[in-house]
Amino acid sequence: MKKEKLRSRKKEEGNEGFNRRDFLKGAGVAVSGGILAGETQAVAQAAEETSGVQGPGETPVTLRVNGETKHLNIEPRVTLLDALRDRLDTTGAKRVCDRATCGACTMLVDDRPVYGCTVLAIEAQGHEVTTIEHFSQGGKLHPMMQAFVDHDAQQCGFCTPGFVMACIAFLKTHHNPTLEDVEKGLGGNLCRCGTYEGIRHAVLQAAKTMTAEKEGGLANG
Amino acid sequence: MAETNCKYEWPAAGDRHLIGTRISRIDGPAKASGRAKYTLDVNLPGMLFGKCLRSPYAHVKITAVDTSAAEKMPGVKAVRVIQGPGKEIQWAGDEIVEVAAASEEAAEDAVRAVKVEYQQLPFLVNEADFDKDKSAGRTKPAAELKVGDADKAFADPEVVSYEGEYGIPVMVHCCLEPHGHVVEWVGPQSIRTFSSTQGVSAVPGQFAEALSIPANNVETICRYIGGGFGSKFQMDRWGLSTAQLAKDAKKPVKYLLDRDAELEVAGCRPSGFVKVKVGAKKDGTLVAWQSDCWGTGGPSPSGVLPIPYVLDIPNRTRRHTFILTNIGPARAWRAPNHPQAAALTMTAVDDLAAKLNMDPLQMLMKNADLASENRGKVYKEELQKAAELSEWSKYWHPRGDKASGHIKRGLGVSMHTWGGRGHNSNCQITIQPDGSVTAELGSQDLGTGTRTVIAIVAAETLGLPVEAVTVKIGDSHYPYDGPSGGSTTVGGVSASTRRASVDALQQVLAAVAPGLGVPADQLVAVGGKIQAKGDASKSISWKQACRKLGVKSVQTHGKNPGQCSLGSSGVGGVGVADVSVDTETGQVKINRMVAVQDCGLIIDLKTAESQCYGALIMGVSYGLFEEKLMDNATGRMLNPNMEFYKIAGIGDVGELKVHMMTGPGYDERGVIGLGEPPVISPGAAISNAVANAIGVRVPNLPFTPDKVLAALAKGGMA
Repeated sequence: MKKEKLRSRKKEEGNEGFNRRDFLKGAGVAVSGGILAGETQAVAQAAEETSGVQGPGETPVTLRVNGETKHLNIEPRVTLLDALRDRLDTTGAKRVCDRATCGACTMLVDDRPVYGCTVLAIEAQGHEVTTIEHFSQGGKLHPMMQAFVDHDAQQCGFCTPGFVMACIAFLKTHHNPTLEDVEKGLGGNLCRCGTYEGIRHAVLQAAKTMTAEKEGGLANG
Repeated sequence: MAETNCKYEWPAAGDRHLIGTRISRIDGPAKASGRAKYTLDVNLPGMLFGKCLRSPYAHVKITAVDTSAAEKMPGVKAVRVIQGPGKEIQWAGDEIVEVAAASEEAAEDAVRAVKVEYQQLPFLVNEADFDKDKSAGRTKPAAELKVGDADKAFADPEVVSYEGEYGIPVMVHCCLEPHGHVVEWVGPQSIRTFSSTQGVSAVPGQFAEALSIPANNVETICRYIGGGFGSKFQMDRWGLSTAQLAKDAKKPVKYLLDRDAELEVAGCRPSGFVKVKVGAKKDGTLVAWQSDCWGTGGPSPSGVLPIPYVLDIPNRTRRHTFILTNIGPARAWRAPNHPQAAALTMTAVDDLAAKLNMDPLQMLMKNADLASENRGKVYKEELQKAAELSEWSKYWHPRGDKASGHIKRGLGVSMHTWGGRGHNSNCQITIQPDGSVTAELGSQDLGTGTRTVIAIVAAETLGLPVEAVTVKIGDSHYPYDGPSGGSTTVGGVSASTRRASVDALQQVLAAVAPGLGVPADQLVAVGGKIQAKGDASKSISWKQACRKLGVKSVQTHGKNPGQCSLGSSGVGGVGVADVSVDTETGQVKINRMVAVQDCGLIIDLKTAESQCYGALIMGVSYGLFEEKLMDNATGRMLNPNMEFYKIAGIGDVGELKVHMMTGPGYDERGVIGLGEPPVISPGAAISNAVANAIGVRVPNLPFTPDKVLAALAKGGMA
């Protein structure tokens, strides 16, 4: 199936982002480019820079993943998510809906959250891709991960990496969120076991911890 | 419990340091960091990817299959016809051909190159219209239940009766990790499977039988599973074909279902529709019930819905008819048949209460003694607690919110029951002379906290912190354990782990008794030490104690069932929903959901509460959003994806309140399962809350705006 281009950029910078239901209400299945145009600009620009006909066969692709450079030979239709999971054994991001609904594959491209299932790997060239693996390097949990553990914000755990990434991205633009902010800002991720109660608490806790750490860091620095 | 002074008994309340407290799940860090490896994450050297051609039609006979083009495509290593010419397909999405190729893309291309010819046959995919289905010859009646004399009871002039129709449609499991396996042949007659399964110890036998290889030559591994909810007990047809492809290609093959197939074929919960008449005396005492129920679970009969639910009304007649359809096969869904039964019973009782001008919570209170196993007292306590937590006396009102404006608020209540006796379990405890402790069980953790429960029980018994116990599960090479279904796991693994741990401790105590000059039976393990009962001066650290074992490790085996009753069966629970309904848009918004639940002795209060929170959320999800929508024209599922098969999001669930019944009267029952019961009541409670808010019954779940507006337009009992 042909993957639509970059319809997955999901959080608007500086506001609450959009809620999944509003999103569907406004856009239907065929997501209109207009809603997301602002967000996708940066990557679209990059795609233009590498324009020219590629494929249908395998083509060399260079990705920057968690600070490392990776060289692949893949068909242009391969998504960023599948390139990471199938070719680079980077499996923290999960493939669930495979069409930008559930958020299980949330990762950062140039520090902004995207659904990896709807970004082509070739489009991610020239950008910094950050996956959940980056945030527990050396075995130390990111404060958001610790908050998920403390508040039991996970059961089967399959949606968890995507949720943790969405939460990390959310707190980059919401330093002191309210419960309402959390519910709106994380509407783009879905859980089946029903862990939202823990997630609501976890995000609020992590916001406090991270602010405290930041302030502590400044005081010490 | 029946046996006294049994050495395996659970510690008394005052001696529990871990059991019953809130402990974070021990695999939390692995999951939160994305390092937990699920079946979908397994990548083996040289591994191929499977893809499946599935029937686009609901009911056909296959007349021809041509895989020749697919076989020649680049990257394709093996092709298997799963169902060939002559086979009758009973649902859209059924497996026809599976291919294995070097990449997912190559496998997809190959599937597209397969040519199949079909002979069309008539199909039925919607069952709500009972009379039409009957005429189509698609029905199969189940045995009728008749207790007392309902007709006579209804005829009593003192009896007030209410007749209503209610329904709950087919929904699907929508596990976030799809069904499937990675299979590799490790010898000519031996395989290793990585399986997304609720039955690690059960899957090897299924593969062995299908492949005609010894069961001991099959190892099944499932360290983490991304959801099951009752749908993942079988190897499934695609498991066998994946193993066969791996053999043909001489390489490991990974095949897990794509999302559309996952929703079309890998799990559906049977529907239930009912025409019911229920009668009570004017004081609310229920005396008579008569119901004609029908529903579908696909091509074969599914379970009879146990109605009237919980309340054994003295005069009752129940007829149930299975409708055989082409919607895909049913699978067990979290508390099989109970959510439907609650949604078809508690609603009718609620409507009768409204007719009697009674508070429905008081009506349930009045009739609680109709519950089996003398659970009336428990229900009354739980109803009382639920009333407090939901602020029932403040927010409940007679039918129809009389406040001005188009937002109407209402409360609804339901109650439920479940068994949950511990299943067969085997635990091996190993204590090494360096003090390290390992528990091994061929069990699995569905996200309920099984690993954590095992660690807590072993640590409590050995007087150690939870971190001191290494829990190894998720591999069929560990001792046999039952599948995780029916809320049987916690009772099983906690009992076998307790028995193994007590026996292991005895050996450690025997080794240190001479040195301490205290008889072994006067020693206890507590706080990381072995010490004399009541005399902390005579003590030795756990590490030093284990050194006394010399070079021998201690290895013990605990079983369930076994000596001493460590668990029992049968729980109650109450759910309350508090909703606001917009009578202009038909939108139902959850203000608050309440769960009050008993489950005997709780091992980990934190993960127990999580089960209840999750159940409330899943209840909101099927109460407001979920339905497998089938198209009468094409016979296909209209919403096999996650934008139109909606599940609740974080902003949809409202405030959640959970209360676990613990302490005297509950703890001494031992451990009872919890995973399923709290998900039973929310659908019925939401239905009743909507009726309370808007003054009319919306007969069928889920309460989407179209259904709410239709009910408002139709009007009815105010």
